[in-house]
Amino acid sequence: MATKGIVKGIVSNLVTVEVEAPVSQNEICFISVEGTKLMAEVIKVIGINAFVQVFESTRGMRIGDEAEFEGHMLEVTLGPGMLSRNYDGLQNDLDKMDGVFLQRGDYTYPLDNDKLWDFKPLAKAGDTVSAGDWLGEVDENFQPHKIMVPFKLEGTYTVKSVCEAGQYKIVDTMAVLTDDQGNEVPVTMIQRWPVKRAITQYKEKPRPFKLLETGVRTIDTLNPIVEGGTGFIPGPFGTGKTVLQHAISKQAEADIVIIAACGERANEVVEIFTEFPELDDPHTGRKLMERTIIIANTSNMPVAAREASVYTAMTISEYYRSMGLKVLLMADSTSRWAQALREMSNRLEELPGPDGFPMDLSAIIANFYARAGFVHLNNGSSGSVTFIGTVSPAGGNLKEPVTENTKKVARCFYALEQERADRKRYPAVNPIDSYSKYLEYPEFMQYISEHISPEWIEKVNELKTRMLRGKEIAEQINILGDDGVPVEYHVTFWKSELIDFVILQQDAFDNIDCMTPLVRQEFMLNKVVNICHTEFKFNTFNEVMEYFKKMINLFKQMNYSEYESDQFKQFNEQLDALIAAQQNN
Amino acid sequence: MSMKAFQKIYTKITQVTKATCSVKATGVGYDELASVNGKLAQVVKMVGDEVTLQVFSGTEGIPTNAEVVFMGKAPSLKVGEQLAGRFFNAYGDPLDGGPVPEGNEVEIGGPSVNPVRRKQPSELIATGIAGIDLNNTLVTGQKIPFFADPDQPFNQVMAMVALRAQSDKIILGGMGMTNDDYLFFKNTFSNAGALDRIVSFINTTEDPSVERLLVPDMALTAAEYFAVEKNEKVLVLLTDMTNYADALAIVSNRMDQIPSKDSMPGSLYSDLAKIYEKAVQFPSGGSITIIAVTTLSGGDITNAVPDNTGYITEGQLYLRKDSDIGKVIVDPFRSLSRLKQLVIGKKTREDHPQVMNAAIRLYADAANAKTKMENGFDLTDYDMRTLAFAKDYSRELLAIDVNLNIVEMLDVAWELFAKYFTPEEVNIKQSLVDEYWVKKN
Repeated sequence: MATKGIVKGIVSNLVTVEVEAPVSQNEICFISVEGTKLMAEVIKVIGINAFVQVFESTRGMRIGDEAEFEGHMLEVTLGPGMLSRNYDGLQNDLDKMDGVFLQRGDYTYPLDNDKLWDFKPLAKAGDTVSAGDWLGEVDENFQPHKIMVPFKLEGTYTVKSVCEAGQYKIVDTMAVLTDDQGNEVPVTMIQRWPVKRAITQYKEKPRPFKLLETGVRTIDTLNPIVEGGTGFIPGPFGTGKTVLQHAISKQAEADIVIIAACGERANEVVEIFTEFPELDDPHTGRKLMERTIIIANTSNMPVAAREASVYTAMTISEYYRSMGLKVLLMADSTSRWAQALREMSNRLEELPGPDGFPMDLSAIIANFYARAGFVHLNNGSSGSVTFIGTVSPAGGNLKEPVTENTKKVARCFYALEQERADRKRYPAVNPIDSYSKYLEYPEFMQYISEHISPEWIEKVNELKTRMLRGKEIAEQINILGDDGVPVEYHVTFWKSELIDFVILQQDAFDNIDCMTPLVRQEFMLNKVVNICHTEFKFNTFNEVMEYFKKMINLFKQMNYSEYESDQFKQFNEQLDALIAAQQNN
Repeated sequence: MSMKAFQKIYTKITQVTKATCSVKATGVGYDELASVNGKLAQVVKMVGDEVTLQVFSGTEGIPTNAEVVFMGKAPSLKVGEQLAGRFFNAYGDPLDGGPVPEGNEVEIGGPSVNPVRRKQPSELIATGIAGIDLNNTLVTGQKIPFFADPDQPFNQVMAMVALRAQSDKIILGGMGMTNDDYLFFKNTFSNAGALDRIVSFINTTEDPSVERLLVPDMALTAAEYFAVEKNEKVLVLLTDMTNYADALAIVSNRMDQIPSKDSMPGSLYSDLAKIYEKAVQFPSGGSITIIAVTTLSGGDITNAVPDNTGYITEGQLYLRKDSDIGKVIVDPFRSLSRLKQLVIGKKTREDHPQVMNAAIRLYADAANAKTKMENGFDLTDYDMRTLAFAKDYSRELLAIDVNLNIVEMLDVAWELFAKYFTPEEVNIKQSLVDEYWVKKN
């Protein structure tokens, strides 16, 4: 028997409900308003009063309206058929909604109960299984979508029967398990899971070590992210956060990409809707949309559901990770999520922390980032959730609570810089302030030395040192003038400019330059580092500038040419000739 | 606001503050409108049988036995063709002495468009101003503000843009507008013979500031009617959104909310986004484009209002007085239209992106040369030529009094390139140089 309640107070979307029976924190309820049921979540209980946040507008709600509690927390429905879909923050299928406008109380089912899936069993009768173990698989957009023992089942079970290979609907019973008491548990392809709890039905979570290729040079070469790693991109408006995020989500070598558009512009989501079905996945040649799920809670959609949207996205990511897949989760922007927390904390009249954010903001952010990771599953396979969030710092000031608290937990930091953006040096990732902690992981170093080359990390660190040195010299030249420093200083400065123009800057709108595969990055890194090691003799600083401008121009033409094409080789030869000519002088 | 007969009247006022009053009442819906001794108010809080009302025009003179009548609806507007050519106040009541328009009554601040029902904007809006069309091309369904200091002529530029843009309707939302500016818009539109396609919702500085919170929703509700029901291209002008944000801050302060940055409410981002995100391109051809004004204090864009706006809108336009030519120009460096990529070189001539970038790059070189000159360094021949180019570029293209079509703008740019530079210095793709470079005789 569901708990019922009566509305006693309303302030915006915070509603007080007097309940007659037990309720639990974070339980979901529906309040009937003018014949429509509005979803809400319990966020505080005092005596017989439950304070609920309503996920939609409370316009027209009256004192005395009835609420019905569901007996569970906010849950997502997991099963085959989620790929290529566009969900809102509560996992409603946006395409199934009628009309141009989002109608309040319109909740749509996230899956398709009638579609037939090709099922293959992976377990057999008599097997001992526990939550998360694979019973069978279906093919979802060319990905092996595992049908698993529901995560909610505790303890071990014996498989009584599994369906034979064939076509089934997601609602069909695919397997029957028996527990140690002999009770039978039927399993379908669907299961439900509360979004605020992590799915931890794996064996262990080691430190991540495998490079996740993104094709973006300033990330892969300079500050790499790993499978199961975490990163964040703070930046003032207009510094190219969205372009960078889109580039990563298009090019990353992941099996599944989940994009949580959290409180950002609707037109940016429309761009994904419009482009992804047309664009090819550079790794498989199939359409990008086939591997993508979009969770859209744009800035004009209900604020309370904004908080839920990032959890919905994370839970779906963890679900696919349990199948042994590489999942990339992008959230744009986590600041909007934090602002949603602030609005609610404010209405609850909690004592505020810095900038009005709730005191537990840092714990909330830390817990969320901790759900990403590389895991070994019970059957020995591995899967990962890599998480990259953007942060929109107020006034472009990185000393604000969301940026600072994120910096404590995310292992990669890609600082977008206004000054770099003004100078049109895109992607505007500051090469000196940004970092990747993974470069210091021995596991990662070993992986790189086995898979790319033993000298790679040394060379990357050299690039970083040279960028810093270049910046110092630029400051000296600014003060003392071009003539005020030795010519060798100019050479060192221009070597850092070479690194900047050739490796760091990348044209996201050019078909070839937008994505650089690792082999090509290695080739370019070696070539640039070799030039940096070359001694050049110049008489004046003007000679240095002219010479390096020529060199940079040739390198840029190379970046725009297809790798190892005749054109590419031609530019490469011209470069070698240019260097040889200087040496012979 | 008209009242129906035999409505229940409540008179038990339990509390009066500067902006709100509370009354014992039952059967009231959240957000519902009420009249308190004839003053319009809206439900903002309900606890048991105590209903708190925000009185838009302030609570001065409200007695503890005031008569409160609930209207059974949220603020709403009667939409229909009759709106065209009319001037209204923040409540949607006529200001021009005309009759109350008939039409379907729609609650303002309605639901958002389902993102999957939007279309990617792709239709260019020509304004004739090269600083906009050439460098920061606008697209239907876009939302973009002018970031301007109060002394800059943003209202004039906005009126000019509105009249030149090929839109079916122009909706003006004036918030805290001076009476002079209101008359300026009225006269400009009427002189241009465009009154029949204009709808205005005006809150002037003489009106209570809290009333202006209704203006954007009124304007956008009217806009949605024309864009959705009539498939029209609607241009919405909102001036000035900083006044709107100030009103938000006043209300949140009086409701005892904890302020965040710059005394603004913590929900400022969501409040502004709700308005700006009404900009949309519908697949059926209708569209809502929003051009707004955010006044700055001493050019400071880190203030909470412009900062949050920048994260929401698709670019921003800056005006600046160019002392070399003595005219106001659209600043090519800081202005940005995020949606221009969707049309330039696609809906306009192929050379548009390259010409735009080359001209701005040369203008930047001129700025460097100017700094060099001011610091007393010698100028090279190239520096001198960029300075001369910058002057011509500013006068013939960036100034806001320019009125050209985009092909003419591109041709002017090519002429200036050829006048001062060699093709190598301009650095444009060879195939375009072959096609468009102006040969000197």
